[in-house]
Amino acid sequence: MNDFNGLGPYKLDVLKEVGNIGAGNAATALSRLLDKPVDMAVPKVSLLPFEEIAEIVGGAEQTVIAVFLRVEGEAPGNMFFIIEEPSAKRMMHRLLSLEIREQEGYSEMELSALCEIGNILAGSYLSSLADFTGLSMMPTVPSAALDMAGAILSYGLLQFGEMGDSALLIETAFLEGRDMLEGHFFLIPDPGSFNKIFLALGVTSE
Amino acid sequence: MMEQQTVKVGMADLNIALNGALIRTSGLGSCVGVTLYDSVAGIAGMAHVMLPSSEIARESNFNVAKYADTAIPALIQAMENAGASIPRMVAKMAGGAQMFAFASQNDSMRIGPRNVESCKLALGQVSIPIRAEDTGANFGRTIEIDSATGKLTIRSVQFGIKEI
Repeated sequence: MNDFNGLGPYKLDVLKEVGNIGAGNAATALSRLLDKPVDMAVPKVSLLPFEEIAEIVGGAEQTVIAVFLRVEGEAPGNMFFIIEEPSAKRMMHRLLSLEIREQEGYSEMELSALCEIGNILAGSYLSSLADFTGLSMMPTVPSAALDMAGAILSYGLLQFGEMGDSALLIETAFLEGRDMLEGHFFLIPDPGSFNKIFLALGVTSE
Repeated sequence: MMEQQTVKVGMADLNIALNGALIRTSGLGSCVGVTLYDSVAGIAGMAHVMLPSSEIARESNFNVAKYADTAIPALIQAMENAGASIPRMVAKMAGGAQMFAFASQNDSMRIGPRNVESCKLALGQVSIPIRAEDTGANFGRTIEIDSATGKLTIRSVQFGIKEI
């Protein structure tokens, strides 16, 4: 089995580039949808203990909106698109001209729209990755949930659970300045997928 | 009055609380929070179980708190070390949700219900009765048990707070 602790700086840089290309395309797609410029942070690649992963989006109990898809194909993995609550409402308003309702919770219509946004963004993330690596990667039909960050993210960590207490993930934050829309992309390739990605990109052992 | 001390249990972790302390774990999704309580000794234990069975472990030196079949014996042991006794223990559990609905193509998507079944099996083997449970469905839970009363408080985004 791979020892992810042993990934050198070069391989981590390669994974960052993977995140950069994928999220860059997704940010462009989002910017088109919103008709506003969207900024994106430099992707972070980190091997994090399960406990700390939810901290990125505000802790295990933080309520977030998440769109989850499973990536199938040659390099399977899990993908999350996570938006904090106020941002999600603003995004809905912008895209669908839906009224921002004060009450908690989301209507079927809103959740379905969020799913579709997740679908578009994940699709552009994955198709650029597939082009870049030459590996086939297909998203499954997305599923959206409004819940605690810990409960949601732990779902993407099960494959890692079988082999350790930490997971390697590629995280990219993006924001749309004026409305302070903030979201996160998480790509958590299955443990066995990393070698395939490295091989496909011609990265051999250091 | 002094504020009650709270012991935190992380993902794939277990711990015990005594002397009236609370013990809590946050953001249970498909994971199961198993709690054991000995009212005579006033000891509560909690495990945040992530996967059903250690048979699938691909690591040699695994964390016993991660798997239902190993976490429950380890939790019982920790409680016994603190002075609790198995015949007095009662269990309560929460979690094991199916967070996302998919046309189940993959067995790992059913992990929540499998975690619950596996915890029940492990408790059954040592004849610890399950007093109450709030498992399944599709939402996340944060749970907290009071070592003074054995009351389990469950918080969720959609349904607020309830006690079992």
